[in-house]
Amino acid sequence: MVERRPMSDFLTHAGLMLSVLLIAFPVWVAFVAATHDAARMTQVPLPLWPGDHLWQNLKVVLIDGYTGSSGGVPMWLTLTNSLVMALAIAIGKIVISLLAAYAVVYFRFPLRMLFFWLIFVTLMLPVEVRILPTYEVVANLGMLNSYAGLSIPLIASATATFMFRQVFLTIPEEMLESARMDGAGPLRFFWDILLPLSRTNIAALFVILFTYGWNQYLWPLLITTEPHMTTIVMSIKQMLAAAEQSPQWNLIMMTSLLAMLPPLLVVVVMQRLFVKGLTETDK
Amino acid sequence: MLKRSHFRPGLLPYLLVAPQIIITLVFFIWPALQALYESFYIQSAFGLGSTFVGLENFISLFEDPLYIESVWRTFLFSGLVAVLAMSLALTFAALADRVIRGALAYRTLLIWPYAIAPAVAGALWIFMFDPTLGIVSYTLDMFGIEWNQAVNGTQAMALVIMAAAWKQIAYNFLFFLAGMQAIPPSVYEAASIDGASPIRRFRDITLPLLAPTSFFLLVMNIVYAFFDTFGIIDAMTQGGPANATEILVYKVYQDGFVGLDLGGSAAQSVVLMFIVIALTVVQFRFIEKKVQYA
Repeated sequence: MVERRPMSDFLTHAGLMLSVLLIAFPVWVAFVAATHDAARMTQVPLPLWPGDHLWQNLKVVLIDGYTGSSGGVPMWLTLTNSLVMALAIAIGKIVISLLAAYAVVYFRFPLRMLFFWLIFVTLMLPVEVRILPTYEVVANLGMLNSYAGLSIPLIASATATFMFRQVFLTIPEEMLESARMDGAGPLRFFWDILLPLSRTNIAALFVILFTYGWNQYLWPLLITTEPHMTTIVMSIKQMLAAAEQSPQWNLIMMTSLLAMLPPLLVVVVMQRLFVKGLTETDK
Repeated sequence: MLKRSHFRPGLLPYLLVAPQIIITLVFFIWPALQALYESFYIQSAFGLGSTFVGLENFISLFEDPLYIESVWRTFLFSGLVAVLAMSLALTFAALADRVIRGALAYRTLLIWPYAIAPAVAGALWIFMFDPTLGIVSYTLDMFGIEWNQAVNGTQAMALVIMAAAWKQIAYNFLFFLAGMQAIPPSVYEAASIDGASPIRRFRDITLPLLAPTSFFLLVMNIVYAFFDTFGIIDAMTQGGPANATEILVYKVYQDGFVGLDLGGSAAQSVVLMFIVIALTVVQFRFIEKKVQYA
């Protein structure tokens, strides 16, 4: 800042702390609910300070399964499903986008521009928009209730391909010339030069895509009908629906915490990469 | 664009693009064409064959008062989500930009809601506003405000807007803060030598220089509110009470999967595709402009 003003500095910090509290309040309420037993959660007013049932609730949700919902699937299973889906989507998108961007930037071949435009149009078609026909395709291919059905239809990504294309375009021409002079073939060049040079971009993209994959909701809701294929995000909806009569908020909120924790940790721990990934894929 | 020096074509480039092209054709292009095709047909009952009806699905869609209501509702919803999320984020970013020490800590404390799934955000907010137990509705009750989003449509709408905006603040905050930190300090120094107060500097320097960022964010927020809030709506209100929170993307799902009206749902899909294409074009023109000035 330009001038020193102790009073306005104080107000700035106070304002920021208030913002942080405002943003964090819903999660604090959820955390408090997850630490109380079912009886306390039916008395008004609800507590604002943690109780001593945290581990007990965690064990019920994680291992025994919430009996109010269909089948009472334990959350360790839904967490595993979410993890597999998120990793498959993130890694799948990165691999196919790297390969496609490499082909488009470093090879001149017939139909190159056609392929480029085919990839480009997917930018405009979020899954929510073409939901019914996409579901029909997946059902016809027999991919319902499978990890393949959960992840592959979400894997094609124009944004990731464009980002890698930008990255490759900034790599100096001399790299390829000197690599070829040293006798490197196309695959060798890709593996030994392009991949190491795009390492931070790959990591940044991974943070964004992992969060994207983990948080998928509508797609898993349609593709999975068997309880053992449920992801944790969609299991919350099932709990809320089952809870219409007598909601066990302590268990629902415990599940919500489990569902938000993995992507939240990835974003906070890899904050620098997260910001890079967010700004580069969207712009 | 293509590199000046490149590899000789052979089979390899085709193998490299094959995975992405196959997935795109099977799961994007084919379903989109399918939606376009179905939007011109009416399926007979029990799925036995279909008849070509031309634009009839679209005409009945735009003559359907429920659909028109849903269109206006969607504009209202996205407009309010964008305004709420952007104005709060701008305030937070302006505060964080003033701080020299601890700016990174504040950033960490403010960006994490981005990572929370829309459906989970919906669960948190519906819990706080539970009509009998919720902490916020209990507090409102003490002030004589009766809160029940299961009955009151306006309250249900307010609730989904708050939850959707809460999740989007982090995204806007990051872009606003980056935009502010890109403004050279010398501009502010010159202004303060001329006697401009901090508020004046914010109004006459920061805000105009943030205009491109704001425009970009406006488009992104509208796209978010249109398409990414499905989980919030489904977890909180299922479009109710009495369709009060049924936005377009929820109606496609509702009419297609629950109502099983294939032609109508396909026509809605096609309309949504046009909206997405229009928004993408707007955004691209903006990015082109920005590159020219940079």
